Amino acid sequence: MKVKAKMRKDMVSVKLLAQHPMETGLRKDKETGETIPAKFIQELSCMYKEKTVFIANFGRAVSKNPYLAFSFSGGQKGDPLTLSWIDNTGETKTTEAVIK
Amino acid sequence: MFYKRRLLLRGMLSFTTAFSALALMPGIVFAKWSKAFDADTTDDALLGMFDSKELVSSDQIKFKIPEIAENGAVVPVTVKTDLPNVSNISIFAEKNPQPLAASFTIPEGTAADVSVRIRLGETMNVTAVVKADGKLYSTQKEVKVTIGGCGG
Repeated sequence: MKVKAKMRKDMVSVKLLAQHPMETGLRKDKETGETIPAKFIQELSCMYKEKTVFIANFGRAVSKNPYLAFSFSGGQKGDPLTLSWIDNTGETKTTEAVIK
Repeated sequence: MFYKRRLLLRGMLSFTTAFSALALMPGIVFAKWSKAFDADTTDDALLGMFDSKELVSSDQIKFKIPEIAENGAVVPVTVKTDLPNVSNISIFAEKNPQPLAASFTIPEGTAADVSVRIRLGETMNVTAVVKADGKLYSTQKEVKVTIGGCGG
């Protein structure tokens, strides 16, 4: 996940780009004709100092390599943020970012 | 014969893994996720997510989405509002096979301002729903889609 967390006035502004195919399960392989199984992030959350500051739940209609932008108050420059996602196959990923 | 047995075991293992991993989603339990995100009508998706389909139209929701989306696979959306005590922002794409595209939990201290990119299968109305003070407010825009974004 590429994450940019910046102080904007008194809010932490977070922009991220997750790397994930986000397969809807509706696409067919052009060569074999078989349906490509659904594989998509179902939940992505952001924690700051043990508090969950944001949760995104996705269905199959979120674009490949999901982009998200959100912001929250109470953060400070230099503090770490943790972002995690889990997809429908059980795959998970966690990334840490520092607030700039 | 052994090959088939291996396939069956592999299938069972991935099913169990997926099921148990989904049970670990902190934000929402799987049963609720499915009720909302697997629903094939906006009404059912609203009921699944909010236990209500009573929407109050609001002009206090800033809903940014292109009027014409050239590529239905990547449609940028921003929903922002000044309504107080927002706890959720959700996006419903009326004619997608499953209308609920995304749902954001907004804890106290988090801004009611989110951006995401979604897929739209064809020209349709997209509705932004904001839960504020326990009530559901909404605004809608039509998006014309030239190339559908759901699948080959």
